[in-house]
Amino acid sequence: MLQLKALSVRYWLQNRFTRGVLIYAVCGAGIGTSVLLKANAERALSMLGIEAEVQAVTIADARGPHRMAQVVLATPEIVDQLAGIPAEVIAINNIFDLAELGEKLKSSLS
Amino acid sequence: MKSSYFAEGAIAIEPSCANFSEAVSKATSLLVATGSATKKYVDETLAALETLGPYFVVAPGLAIAHAKPSDSVLRPAMALLKLAEPVTSGSHNDPVSLVFAMCSPDSEAHIEMLSEFGALMSGKGVINSLLNASAESVIRQILASKPLY
Repeated sequence: MLQLKALSVRYWLQNRFTRGVLIYAVCGAGIGTSVLLKANAERALSMLGIEAEVQAVTIADARGPHRMAQVVLATPEIVDQLAGIPAEVIAINNIFDLAELGEKLKSSLS
Repeated sequence: MKSSYFAEGAIAIEPSCANFSEAVSKATSLLVATGSATKKYVDETLAALETLGPYFVVAPGLAIAHAKPSDSVLRPAMALLKLAEPVTSGSHNDPVSLVFAMCSPDSEAHIEMLSEFGALMSGKGVINSLLNASAESVIRQILASKPLY
């Protein structure tokens, strides 16, 4: 019973505070791969019931002086170029694979 | 997805390419041949490949070649070069036989097109059917099919 309560409190807290989660989908141009990645990340997040804002940005934007995202998604070649940024950087091998996206986002955000 | 995104002549099937750069060059040239971009866009995409590596090989066997929006783009459009014999790009998703190309004049005009494309490609078996297709009519049929969501 106590366990159940702890679990529901945890879910409540999650729902309450994931509202502010910011995720960057990064590519070289900020218009192609990143836009596809953003669209599919949003689909995966909605399947998981996680609320978060996803923005498609360029490598320069991801490094820039804006509000830093908590999680950064990119293809492996781009991940190599994001070394040192203060966010969790996740490499996505197949951007059309909602299962891969969902699994990686879930383990990172929960 | 809407067939208007792939203009008449924007889908080509070739036996092989010498290397991945040639495949990217041929795929983006389809955008030029169909009046969606100028020749400069081919060079811009090749320059992006040179600087960033094969990052636009986004799924097993599939690339989506593109560069930043610029004045060399005339309208948002897509093209596809299907290679009968796949080519290696240096990506973990090698070998590549579906070389899509995409262009957009700005960072907004193509969002709907890409979102539809992403939804279609995420469908079970869609990429495999494209990999197995060897006729343009079959490819067009697959591309015109409705995404699952």
